[in-house]
Amino acid sequence: MASDAVSAGTGYPKAGVIDVDIHPAVPDMAALRPYLDAHWREQMTVRGVDGLESMLWKPSLPISARPDFRPAEGLPGARLDQVRRDALDPFGTALAICNPLWGVAVPFAEDMAMALCRAMNDWLAEEWLAPEPRLRGAIVVPPQSPDQAAAEIDRCARNPRFVSVLLPAMTEQPLGRRAHRPIMAAAERHGLPITIHAGGLYRHPPTATGWPSFHAEDHAAQANIFQSQLLSLVYEGVFVDHPSLKVVLLDAGLGWLPQFMWRATKTWRGLRAEVPWLKQNPADVVRSHVRLSIQPLQGPPDAEGMERLLAHLAADQMLLYATDWPHWRFEGEAAIPPQLPTRLLPALCRDNALETYPRLKETLA
Amino acid sequence: MTVDVDPRTALSAASKVRLVDCDIHPIIRHKGDLKPYLSREWQGYHDTYGDFLVSPFATAHPYPKPTPALSRLDTWPPSGGPPGSDLAFMRDQHLDPHDIEFGVLQVLWPTAARHRNLGYGAALCRAINDWQKAEWLGREKRLRGSVMVTQEDPEAAVAEIARCARQGGFAQVMVVPRNIEPMGRRRYWPIFAAAEAHDITLGCHVGGLNGYAVTGGAGHCSFYAEEKDSNGFAMEAMLTSMIFEGVFEAFPKLRLVAIEAGLGWVPALGWRLDELWQRFRDELPAVRRPPSETLRERLWYTTQPADEPEDPKHLRDVFDWIGWDRICFASDYPHWDSDDPRYALPIAMSRAEHRAIFRDNALGVYRLS
Amino acid sequence: MAQRHVVLPLAELPAGESRIVTVRGREIALFNLAGEVFALINRCPHEGAPLGLGLRVGLSESEKPGCYTHSRPGELVRCPWHGWEFDIRTGQSWCEPAKLKAKSFSASIEPGATVVKGPYVAESLPVSIEAHYVVVEL
Repeated sequence: MASDAVSAGTGYPKAGVIDVDIHPAVPDMAALRPYLDAHWREQMTVRGVDGLESMLWKPSLPISARPDFRPAEGLPGARLDQVRRDALDPFGTALAICNPLWGVAVPFAEDMAMALCRAMNDWLAEEWLAPEPRLRGAIVVPPQSPDQAAAEIDRCARNPRFVSVLLPAMTEQPLGRRAHRPIMAAAERHGLPITIHAGGLYRHPPTATGWPSFHAEDHAAQANIFQSQLLSLVYEGVFVDHPSLKVVLLDAGLGWLPQFMWRATKTWRGLRAEVPWLKQNPADVVRSHVRLSIQPLQGPPDAEGMERLLAHLAADQMLLYATDWPHWRFEGEAAIPPQLPTRLLPALCRDNALETYPRLKETLA
Repeated sequence: MTVDVDPRTALSAASKVRLVDCDIHPIIRHKGDLKPYLSREWQGYHDTYGDFLVSPFATAHPYPKPTPALSRLDTWPPSGGPPGSDLAFMRDQHLDPHDIEFGVLQVLWPTAARHRNLGYGAALCRAINDWQKAEWLGREKRLRGSVMVTQEDPEAAVAEIARCARQGGFAQVMVVPRNIEPMGRRRYWPIFAAAEAHDITLGCHVGGLNGYAVTGGAGHCSFYAEEKDSNGFAMEAMLTSMIFEGVFEAFPKLRLVAIEAGLGWVPALGWRLDELWQRFRDELPAVRRPPSETLRERLWYTTQPADEPEDPKHLRDVFDWIGWDRICFASDYPHWDSDDPRYALPIAMSRAEHRAIFRDNALGVYRLS
Repeated sequence: MAQRHVVLPLAELPAGESRIVTVRGREIALFNLAGEVFALINRCPHEGAPLGLGLRVGLSESEKPGCYTHSRPGELVRCPWHGWEFDIRTGQSWCEPAKLKAKSFSASIEPGATVVKGPYVAESLPVSIEAHYVVVEL
């Protein structure tokens, strides 16, 4: 990358960073009501359905919002003016991808979940993407209704401001399982990466050892859940069926990734015949098809350790910049963990995102 | 830290170091072998009702194993019986050629820890422990046993720990991560108290059957390949629970070995838990120091299945992060993915490092002599 | 210089079976595939396991998740330890076949010659049948 495109002091791209993970908030069901059809509008009112904040991201938890990101009234990220002022302007953000985390995919009744997802996608397009040129959006769908989800992806993909598909990390079945293929197919045909964010349906205990005592444990469990999702995507041959598909892990942490790749390759070499469609070792599949945000990092706290981890990873192209705004991950404007070497910054803050989310390139011009 | 050691020096050093193998799996030859060790009231139950586990099958596995008896093909004893059932063959094939000074037995089958009928589970644990004593520890002085306990019945577990501690010969109490609740929760604390009081190490071996998805929050996976690698995830969840609930503060003398989960995940768990502890401090009043320090100073980890980095030298980085004093070699004999001590860790090591990993760390944590 | 060694009568190696013999101090695994005999050094390139004790299997392949084809029954050996599959005819591993298809291993072992050997290839040796005896070149 040309040196005059990069700020000499920080190494940040002068053209502005691309933030692949921010969280505008649905303030309440009233905000979605205009986007629901008559039946569902009435159902939500008659039944008093509201407050779909996820357990993992319960608003009162410190991790859910840094104190200075909490407005005097209402939820952090519920207003566009606040997101502009607190999430975009301070970081020199050129583009940010909105990943709303309201639990619209969670209700057990499929049609209700689908109706709420549609409404939230329309709300995002109308009230966030349209008025703010720096914002892009993820299409939110319920993975447990793959055919309806695929139709929703087809519908929303007509709007070029949607640049990805958003799925939860905690699912009924791991995302590689064949039932989910319509979603993967829809994402691939529109050139949209599948992005997976920590949190989700809670259909199963977050850990294989049962239901933990503390919110902190549910958060700790997310990294292992992501690893299970990756094993499923690789072993079930999602990338064999969909060779141009990319998957992005959001809020997964980084530190576990190299050893995960070593272990998956080791295991696969002895068990190849169980998944004979897989002809590439899992580490190579992950390097080719998977990307992840560096917020939270959950990696070595020191620069020297970070260099070792990066050598183990041998895939700088996988790393994507994100603030995870308004989640409390860093202080001030220090969104980039200081132990990351500055040579990564141009690709981290811009190039890798453009390569992973092709639609960002189209709409940047 | 770089160490300029000629691998040939490390190998010749190896030949002078007797080995401690922290994970060897003995097994009964026939279903009826435990009957003599069961009280009469349970002998009939054993025949009629037998193992009642959380499983759709009476004996098979919904994630079928990759090999019969989960074992290496060359470990079936010529005398008949499954791999690990013949002490003489185990000596010939494993204990003697590797010059094993001590081996820690871990009994996976019959599985005792997760019986749905707690009365039978307790009786079976007693029988398995007596069988170990009579047929393994009593005949081969290099071997040490595991006290098998019913984790879901801590009162019975405490009684069994006391009984076996009085007899001696047991290096550890064996528990598995996949309980009904995460291991750090209060109801399991009597087990830790007993282990600490009797100065017996707690050995946490991967496994268990609780009916939850082995992936945790992602749901039920399809393949054995996925289920196998999920063992490490359950271990991480168990350790997270124990750390966050303050088990290591409540039991300052408790020693814990994480067994058969490999160890490459340990540094990342420390980084992750440290970050989360910072943000959730007031939810976790029992945690008084960074979790990574607890991982570094209160736990040990066995090597198997050995990590195989693309560049073998990277394994040294992992060992540096974990601590060379925390790592204990294990073979997992006779299982299919067991490690040969000569070839499983292909990195240059100093004499001191080699001794630590292949012998001294295990001697220390298990109080072997 | 490679020498030719008579290792056993063919009658002692029936079709479909394998034997382990020792030649010049090295263990050799012999396999009879429907009358053709092949030899591999009895040492898995992964961790040295005795390949001759492995299960002989066919080749399971797939072009697409959910589809399975099976061919070449009995022509691969699965390492008795960690299950790596090797083509008995060539010694080539079936892990990452796309990566390894281009690589072929020179089957003759001679001092002074450069043996092209990847990390996943089991050493195979020339074998012939002469007057009903199995002859290995080592």
